[in-house]
Amino acid sequence: MSSERLFTLSNRWFTTALGLTAGFAAAAALGGLVLLPYAQPNLKFSGIWDAICSAAGVSREAATVAPSAVEAKTSAVVMTSRMLNHPSAASIGHGGTLALQCAICHSGDNVTRSEFPYLAGQYAAVIYKELHDFKAGVRVNAIMGPFAAALTEQDMIDLAAYYSYLPRVPAYHPGPGAGEPAIVLSGAPLRNIPPCASCHGAADNKAGSPRLEGQSPVYLKTQLQAFASAARRNDISEQMRNIARRMTPAEIDQAASFYAERP
Amino acid sequence: MLSSKRLVLAHFWLAFTVFGLALLLGAWQMLVRSPLLAWISNPEWYYRSVTAHGTVMGYVFPTLIAMGFGYAISELALERPLIGQRWAWTGFGLVVVGAVMAMVPVSMGLASVLYTFYPPLIGSPFYYLGIVLVVVGSWIWVALMSLNLYVWKRDNPGKPVPLAMFANVAGSLLWGWTAVGAALELLLQILPVALGFRTTIDAGLARVFFSWTLHAIVYFWLMPAYIAYYTIIPRAIGGKLYSDSMARISFILFLVVAMPIGIHHLFTDPQVGAGFKFMHSALTALVALPTLLTVFTICASAEIAGRLRGGKGPFGWVAALPWRNPMMLAVTFSFVMLGFGGAGGLINMSFQLDASIHNTQWVTGHFHLIFGGAIVIMYFAIAYDLWPHLTGRALTSLGLMRAQLWLWFVGMIVTTFPWHYVGILGMPRRMAFYDFTNTALAPEALPVTISVFGGFLLVISGALFFVVLIKGQLAPKAEAGVYRFSIAIHPPTSVPVALNGYSLWLVLMIGLTVVNYGFPIAQLLALKNTSVPAVYVGAQP
Repeated sequence: MSSERLFTLSNRWFTTALGLTAGFAAAAALGGLVLLPYAQPNLKFSGIWDAICSAAGVSREAATVAPSAVEAKTSAVVMTSRMLNHPSAASIGHGGTLALQCAICHSGDNVTRSEFPYLAGQYAAVIYKELHDFKAGVRVNAIMGPFAAALTEQDMIDLAAYYSYLPRVPAYHPGPGAGEPAIVLSGAPLRNIPPCASCHGAADNKAGSPRLEGQSPVYLKTQLQAFASAARRNDISEQMRNIARRMTPAEIDQAASFYAERP
Repeated sequence: MLSSKRLVLAHFWLAFTVFGLALLLGAWQMLVRSPLLAWISNPEWYYRSVTAHGTVMGYVFPTLIAMGFGYAISELALERPLIGQRWAWTGFGLVVVGAVMAMVPVSMGLASVLYTFYPPLIGSPFYYLGIVLVVVGSWIWVALMSLNLYVWKRDNPGKPVPLAMFANVAGSLLWGWTAVGAALELLLQILPVALGFRTTIDAGLARVFFSWTLHAIVYFWLMPAYIAYYTIIPRAIGGKLYSDSMARISFILFLVVAMPIGIHHLFTDPQVGAGFKFMHSALTALVALPTLLTVFTICASAEIAGRLRGGKGPFGWVAALPWRNPMMLAVTFSFVMLGFGGAGGLINMSFQLDASIHNTQWVTGHFHLIFGGAIVIMYFAIAYDLWPHLTGRALTSLGLMRAQLWLWFVGMIVTTFPWHYVGILGMPRRMAFYDFTNTALAPEALPVTISVFGGFLLVISGALFFVVLIKGQLAPKAEAGVYRFSIAIHPPTSVPVALNGYSLWLVLMIGLTVVNYGFPIAQLLALKNTSVPAVYVGAQP
C-alpha cells in the first residue's frame, strides 16, 4: 500500500477529488459570474465578457460627464495625534508676541463672558487647524479672515504652541446646574448623534476635537447653529454638520450651557 | 503515556485562566448595555472591554487549547514522546509574551479596535505585534504537528495514521494556511500605519484579507471539538466509533472547503464583486457537509453505545445511554447548540437572506452559540477527560460537572436566543449604547434583559468549572490508567494513501483559495486611490 501513488490519473481518489472540486468551483463560478448577472433584469451587458467583468467587480468609469465642481473649499489640514506635540520655547515665545494682537478679543485669562472663544490651554492642533482654515477661506469670518491672511505657516504653528502652552484657567460660569444632559452623555443613537462627551471632554478627548469645557456659551451655541445651517463647513468629513443639523434647539442650548458651566 | 504533561497543562491552565477573565468582561458588557443599569457614559470603556474579550476568546484561548490538546494527541495517539519539546515551550512562551503585549495597550485604551481590527481604525503597534507573536507561536505548533506525523509515518510505513493524529494535523494545517490572510493584513497594511510609516490604509483590501482568516478560524476553533466527538466521546460513553473513514473524510472536507468561503462576511461590502460573493456563498453551503457527516457518524456511534448497554427498539437505545455521564451531556448539549447555530448560519451564508440580519445582534448570537456554546462546551469535556491523565489525580465531582455543563448549556441558550430575536428586530451589533427609552427600541428591552441573565448563568458555570479542576488538583494521587481513544467498529488495517496524508488536500485547498480569492485581491491591489486616512484609536489630543 505504501507504494500506492497518489498524484496519478490511475488513482481514483485523486481523479474523483480533483474532478469534484474543479467541477464544483466551475459550477459556482458559472452561477456567480454568468447566470447571476443575466438574472438581473435592470442590468444591460454588451456581451458575456462584459457580464463576467461586471460580476467580478471590475471597476470602470461610471459616468462620462465630469463631476460637478464643488463650490465650497475643504480643509487641507491633516490632523494627526502627534501633531505639534512638543513645541520649542522659541516657538512659544514668538507665538506669545504674535498673540498680543489677538488679546483684544481672546483674553488670556478667560474670566470675561464673551462671544469669542477662550483659547488658553486649547489643543495646539485645533488652534493650528482653525487658523489654517481661516487663512485658506475654508472657515469664513469677517474678523478672523484678514488676521489669518497675514500669518505665515510658522506664525500659525507658534500661535498654536503659545495658546496650548498657557494654563487652562477654568472659566467657571456657574449656571442653574441642570446636571448632565442626555445629549452630552449618551448622544442620540437613533439620530446618529454620538455623545458630545466622548470627544470634547467630560468623558474623553479625541485627537482633532477641541476641548470645550469652560468655553463661552454664546460661542458654542453660535457654532452649533452655524454647523447646522452649513454656514460653517470646515469640520472633518462633515462630522459636526451631520451632528448639529440633527440636534434640537433645546439640545443645542443644553450642550452649550453644560460645557460653559463646566470647570 | 504522556511525557509532556507539564507542557499540556501549562497550555490548558493559561487558556482557561484567560478564558475566565474574558468571560467576566463579556458578562459586564452585556450588563452595561442592558436596560438594567444606567449607561456608563463612555463608549471607550465598552470598546476596550469588547476588544479584550474578543482578542482573548478569538485568538488566545482557542489557540492554546488547540496547541495543548494537539501536543497531548501527538503523544497519546502516536505512542511516543513529542519531538521538539523545547520548540513547543518556545511557542508557548511566544503566545504568553504576545498575549501580554497585546493586552497591555488594550487595557490602557490604546487599541480599542475590536479583535477584527477594523481598519482604518489603528491602535497601538504593540497590540498588533502581540497578536503576530501569538500567531507565530501557534505556527511552531503547526510545524511540530506535521513533523511528528512525518517522523511517525517514516518509522511506520504503510500503517494507517491514528485518527486522532490525522484530525489533529488537519486542524493545524488549516490554521497554518488560514492565519496567512490576517498575517498579510497585519504585516503589509496595518503595522506600517501603526508604526507611522504611512497615514492611509486600503480598508477594503484589509477586509478581504481578514475574511480569508475570519471564517476558517471558526473551523480551527471547531477542530478540537470535532476531534473529541470522534475520538473521545464514543469511548467515554461506552461505545465504538461508527466509521473511521467517514471521520477522515470529514476532516479532509474541512481542510479543503473551510478556507475559501470568507467573503460571505463581506456580502454588503462594495469592493468585492457580486459574482465572487456568490461563489463564496456556494462553497459555504458545502461546508455543511462535513458537519452533517459528523452528526450522523456520532449519532450512529451513540446508538452503538445505547444498544451495547441493552437499549432496544427504534428509540430504546436513547434511553439506555449513560445520561449521568458528563461526556454524554456535553456532546448532547454541543449538538443541540450546533444544530440551532448551524440553522442560523444558513441565513448568514445566504447571499440574499443575510441582508435582513447583516451586522445585527443576530450575528453575535450566531457565533456565540456555535463557538461559546457548541465548541467551548467540548473544550470543557476535553479538559475533564484529559485532566486525570495530566495531573495523576481523579476528577470525582461528577455532580458538579453535570451542573456546570447544564448551566453552560442553559446559559448559552438564554443568552443567544434573545440576541437572534433582537437581531431580526434590527438591533445593530457593536454598539456601546442603546436608548431603550426610545419607542423604536422599547420592544428590544425585555429580550436584552433576559439575555443578561443568561450571561450570569455562564459566569456561574465558568466558576463551577474552575471549582471542578481545582478540586481535582487537590485530590489524592490516583493512577488514571492507559489513555486510549475511541476504537472504530472496523478498526482500519490499511487506508488508501489519499486518506492517510494531506498532500492532495493541501493542493486542493490552496487551489480553491487562489480561485476564490486570487482575483478580488489582485484587483484591489491594482486599483489606485483606494486608501483612506487612518483613524488613530486612543490618540490623546
